[in-house]
Amino acid sequence: MLAYILRSLMQGLVVMLAVAFIAFTMFRFVGDPVVNMLGQEATLQDRAELTERLGLNDPVPLQFARFVADAAQGDFGVSWRQGRKVSSLIVERLPATVELAVLSAIFAFVVGIALGVYAAIRRDGWIANLVMSLSLIGVSLPTFLIGIGLIYIFAVELRWLPSFGRGDTVRIGWWTTGLLTVSGLKSLVLPVLTLGFLQLTLIMRLVRSEMLEVMRADFIRFARARGIPERKIEFRHALRNTMIPVITIAGLQLGGVIAFAIVTETVFQWPGLGALFVNAVQFVDVPVMSAYLMFVAFVFVLTSLMVDLIYVALDPRLRGSPAMAK
Amino acid sequence: MSTSSEAPSRWSRIRDSDILASFLKSKVTMVAAFVVLILFIGAAFSPWLAPTNPFDPATVFLADSMIPPAWQDGGEARFILGTDDQGRDLYSAILYGMRVSLIVGGLGVALAASIGITLGLLAGYLGGRVDAVIMRIADVQLTFPAILIALLIDGVVRGLFKSASREDTAIYVLVISIGLSFWVQYARTIRGSTLVERNKDYVMAARLVGLPAPLIMLRHVLPNVIGPVLVILTINLGLAVITEATLSFLGVGLPATQPSLGTLISIGNRYLFSGDWWIVAFPGITLAALVLAVNLLGDWLRDALNPRLR
Repeated sequence: MLAYILRSLMQGLVVMLAVAFIAFTMFRFVGDPVVNMLGQEATLQDRAELTERLGLNDPVPLQFARFVADAAQGDFGVSWRQGRKVSSLIVERLPATVELAVLSAIFAFVVGIALGVYAAIRRDGWIANLVMSLSLIGVSLPTFLIGIGLIYIFAVELRWLPSFGRGDTVRIGWWTTGLLTVSGLKSLVLPVLTLGFLQLTLIMRLVRSEMLEVMRADFIRFARARGIPERKIEFRHALRNTMIPVITIAGLQLGGVIAFAIVTETVFQWPGLGALFVNAVQFVDVPVMSAYLMFVAFVFVLTSLMVDLIYVALDPRLRGSPAMAK
Repeated sequence: MSTSSEAPSRWSRIRDSDILASFLKSKVTMVAAFVVLILFIGAAFSPWLAPTNPFDPATVFLADSMIPPAWQDGGEARFILGTDDQGRDLYSAILYGMRVSLIVGGLGVALAASIGITLGLLAGYLGGRVDAVIMRIADVQLTFPAILIALLIDGVVRGLFKSASREDTAIYVLVISIGLSFWVQYARTIRGSTLVERNKDYVMAARLVGLPAPLIMLRHVLPNVIGPVLVILTINLGLAVITEATLSFLGVGLPATQPSLGTLISIGNRYLFSGDWWIVAFPGITLAALVLAVNLLGDWLRDALNPRLR
């Protein structure tokens, strides 16, 4: 089991290094950092000094090593456009994105599993069929269209919910939260629905098909033969065995949540990391772009590590000898 | 089809095939195919079908801006679906926009397929270090969602093209972004089947005859591994159109002077709050219908070509 976890850690490290290399290449070779930081009017001497100070005259491998060392300490330099440290920009925007992403993931997971189990158990009922057809449409709708649709219904026509921003936030240390005020909670509803919808449909379809598969397995027939109540078979035996693929996909989907948070944040003018990134792409603000890339990679590696650990918790076979852990 | 001697036999092969039978059995697929056909024709012939050319400044008047659809109060018969903020006929703009969306999506998918097929063939046929390097890159890229990669590439390419004006490069930037974001799936599929084909007798024979490796890959292996790619192409077209629309919506895709469906939606989104719903609604519906129909067709194709599901 230890070997299994160590291997996951190693894989994560390799991915991080590869991404760091890409981020570094962007940082170093897209646009000229010196011109971008000093502006076009700077004298040649100023430029030479800054080039020296940034260490851009050093050999490239050395520069890369320095980039990795700085990044590991959270230092990504200064934003070309805003003139502020990228790390402080990220810290400032982080709470908004984390609250949005985590709530969406919980929403998608809980509702997705519930609907998936329902659609599998009552597979020929009209509600199950309706849910399945709606999910097919849901998969084909771009996230931003769903957001715009929700805004039109709930903000423009019905005027029930706000359509942009986070509402009032409460500051706890460096963290700002919208969970403690009414306007903050109201502002969260539409973005969370928008962001969670795609993941919800994916999780639901997956749970349904896995569940249908498992319900045909021998151990379910034996459980029925033993006279265990149907409800208990469905939730204790079947659902538990569908969880491994569901957790895998859900873990990978967290990446999707982060990626589509970019879109959702733009639609709802949500002051999070995604909006920061889109702005950076629009103005080719490379330090912010490479920092965001590193951040996303870090979250990915962290979640896939967690998914691996959850496997061990869910599947007793993985706890045995290292040979079993494939 | 009438003159060539080959045509009747080919036609009867199609007529008797399982694929046509399964197509005729599925009503949803037929509707989807019909929608796709209509939309493709609309996109292909937009200069002839559109009542106005929305990009000809001589025919567009600011005085015509923000006119609602014809059936609403204040609507005018010459603008069936209303006009946008610059007085462009929305119906024409959608036809032209769909054309742009499909061109960008199609070229993007074509680029992705070419990159993926080439790298997949190389990885599968040559194996060893080439294989290791290509597939590791694919693994790392696969951990990131395509839209994120497309955004990143978009930023990088625009950073490199800085001198050129945005209008001229926007389409190429989008095609490159989509191409580089979607190649992995093709590479993996092709590599998998190439690994199998590589050890078959006909490849061995070709090698013994002394044919050069590139020729064996292209002429002998490729035709035998290309099948599954067709399905991925269809499914990816829907994804590519969504990706293009999303990038344009985010403001890093096509500019307002040559709008795609995504750009039109992005423009309309600004006027949603003043109650001018039509500017965003009609391009949005068109986009959703296009993607849904293409996806349904792709799903059907996947099932129809999969022998295990028959």
